[in-house]
Amino acid sequence: MNDVITRITMDELPGLAQKMFGEGQRLATLTAVDLGDGTLDLLYHFDKDLVLSHYRLTVPKDAVAPSISGVYFAALLVENEIKDQFGLNFSGLALDFGGHLYLADEVQNAPFCKLSLTKKA
Amino acid sequence: MARTILPFGPQHPVLPEPIHLTLELEDEIVVSAVPALGYVHRGLEKLCEVRDFHQMIQIVERVCGICSKIHAMCYCQSLEEMMGADVPRRAKYLRVVWSELHRIHSHLLWIGLFADAFGFESLFMQCWRIRERIMDINEATTGNRVVVSVNVIGGVRRDLSREHQTWIGEQLKLVEKEVLALKSTIVSDYTVKSRTQGVGVLTKDQAHQLGAVGPVLRASGWAQDARMLGYAAFDELDFEPVVEVDGDCYARLAVRFREVLQSVDLVRQALTRLPEGEISVPVKGKPNGEIITRVEQPRGELMYYIKGDDTKFLDRLRIRTPTFANIPPLLAMLPGVELADVPVVVLSIDPCISCTER
Repeated sequence: MNDVITRITMDELPGLAQKMFGEGQRLATLTAVDLGDGTLDLLYHFDKDLVLSHYRLTVPKDAVAPSISGVYFAALLVENEIKDQFGLNFSGLALDFGGHLYLADEVQNAPFCKLSLTKKA
Repeated sequence: MARTILPFGPQHPVLPEPIHLTLELEDEIVVSAVPALGYVHRGLEKLCEVRDFHQMIQIVERVCGICSKIHAMCYCQSLEEMMGADVPRRAKYLRVVWSELHRIHSHLLWIGLFADAFGFESLFMQCWRIRERIMDINEATTGNRVVVSVNVIGGVRRDLSREHQTWIGEQLKLVEKEVLALKSTIVSDYTVKSRTQGVGVLTKDQAHQLGAVGPVLRASGWAQDARMLGYAAFDELDFEPVVEVDGDCYARLAVRFREVLQSVDLVRQALTRLPEGEISVPVKGKPNGEIITRVEQPRGELMYYIKGDDTKFLDRLRIRTPTFANIPPLLAMLPGVELADVPVVVLSIDPCISCTER
């Protein structure tokens, strides 16, 4: 990695989002990576004055991750995209597309997973 | 007063690509907007698992037609850094030339479409006429008008002869002259001002908090442009980001208009300082590790995350395009806007939906 990634836990994420927002950090995006062992890496990329900082949260695929869209409204699209593509659920999404941001209603699989999950209602 | 729900898109005369907005209106004033996507999602990122990392150059070029060159450059830069390639300086300068030519034709295309959105057909026609000079340069120097496909991992696949450099210089003189002839219309015309000034305002704080990028961010007073990072040869060229402060549609138009002239200057600088030498180096090995790279597309900051595991296929490719970042700011611009101005505000972010959905 060309930049340092700081590892965080699920409990630390809401506080981190508040802290970064307070410091004037722009949310650049999130990246989800399927690790192939039943877990996903969620990478949170923040930017201030063209300097990026990154945080890595590793979560089981069947976990419910806290949404940061209540702090960073901009997170709502990418969190919905991750829900579509990797089947990961988020709690507290500002606008929840129910796993169908891109996918048609009849699609039940998470297409970006190495082993695809079938979504449950 | 009772509120009305009105669907905007996915097919609409001002939209070159499909996006749907559910508008909530009070009388003719927008109260809220909710986007719906998914009409052109292709899953291109997933293809990295079945196409080798060299073939992926052609895939990422097709994320977006208008800025294909810059997608490929960002992808190649990522792998070059990951694999320790020392890209020749001439290749870096050539990348600047084609990148800025892309920015010119993208902005001229957008100014034309924007003018068309408020019924200024002759301005649309003039912008697209001037743009043809850039498309001719692309065709003559790369063999293609839009998907120019010049990047390879380790440099570029085509060089510019001295004759081409001279001819590009002559064409740019004409482009500059013709663009400047439109300046009084774009900057001062009553129709343009009345349809864009004070419309779709995004404040400086909103722009930053909602993650705006590119001309949308700079039109709200932020001097931020990924070219300031000095990738390719930008660290050796004179460059200051174009900034406006009003945050309305007029400011976003003004930023892009000034950036056309700035890009003409950057191409000239790059051609004047173009060093002699090789245009590519062989790059051996396979990608291994993680990397994040940013470049500035015409629409704003483009981010590539790549994870490789020492095989010919990438483990993960994630592309964060500028329009994806500018949709939340768009949702903040729309409340308070008259229904008739919605197409103008939507177009003011220069939406590229094929980029957004990939």
